[in-house]
Amino acid sequence: MEQAQKQRQATDQDRDKAFRVELEGLIPHLRAFARTLCGDPTAADDLAQDAMLKAWDARASFEMGTNMKAWTFMILRNQFYSEKRRSWRQSQLDQEAAERTLVAVDDPEAPVALDELRQGLAMLPPEQREALILVGAGGFAYEEAAAICDCAVGTVKSRVSRARRALQGILESGAYRRDGSSAGEAMATILADAERLSQVK
Amino acid sequence: MKRSRSKSPSLDEARLRQQAIGVKLRQMFDEVVNEPVPDEFLQILRRADETRLKET
Repeated sequence: MEQAQKQRQATDQDRDKAFRVELEGLIPHLRAFARTLCGDPTAADDLAQDAMLKAWDARASFEMGTNMKAWTFMILRNQFYSEKRRSWRQSQLDQEAAERTLVAVDDPEAPVALDELRQGLAMLPPEQREALILVGAGGFAYEEAAAICDCAVGTVKSRVSRARRALQGILESGAYRRDGSSAGEAMATILADAERLSQVK
Repeated sequence: MKRSRSKSPSLDEARLRQQAIGVKLRQMFDEVVNEPVPDEFLQILRRADETRLKET
């Protein structure tokens, strides 16, 4: 009995260790996802840290070998929306925060088109932005994104396709908030950059 | 649409544009992924792990 208990403890410790290693490896992705969801980079890191701790505390409920990235993203997203619900003014603030963050020029030498892409993203409805980021940038399958967002696969598909179309329209019309650059310039820069990148590979 | 094989240049153009936006999206996300992880994250996790060891 005592022997069995000791053995179980040892296995739990091995499992915890493996869990921690995998969780540590996901931190960069949690930070990136948090940055797309909320306020400035500092607020995003707070959110990512909360989500990381929540995941650690809930480790017993995670089935090792399944998709930990999707699982932690779901935790982070739930954390973000439950914090949001706590404040009645938050929806307004979120929109502003999203615009501020996505628009924030952290690096004044950042490529122009990337800055405009951020501004274009900030103009999308949150659920479309989120779906597009998970599928288009986070590398999730539609099914995984649906699990993370707690909605149907078809819903994710239609959000992503609407987001793509809207974003393209925004970039082509130059509807993002920027003075001085002419309509369509962002799209031209993005096309040129993509071509350059594909040639490098 | 695809079956019609119309090979409409505007469709190809639209696809190209979507691909270009996709490349940029990933680039935007990867920029943060590639940032060094602040020490704070690892410290918090280590502290949580140590608390667990003390409890058991």
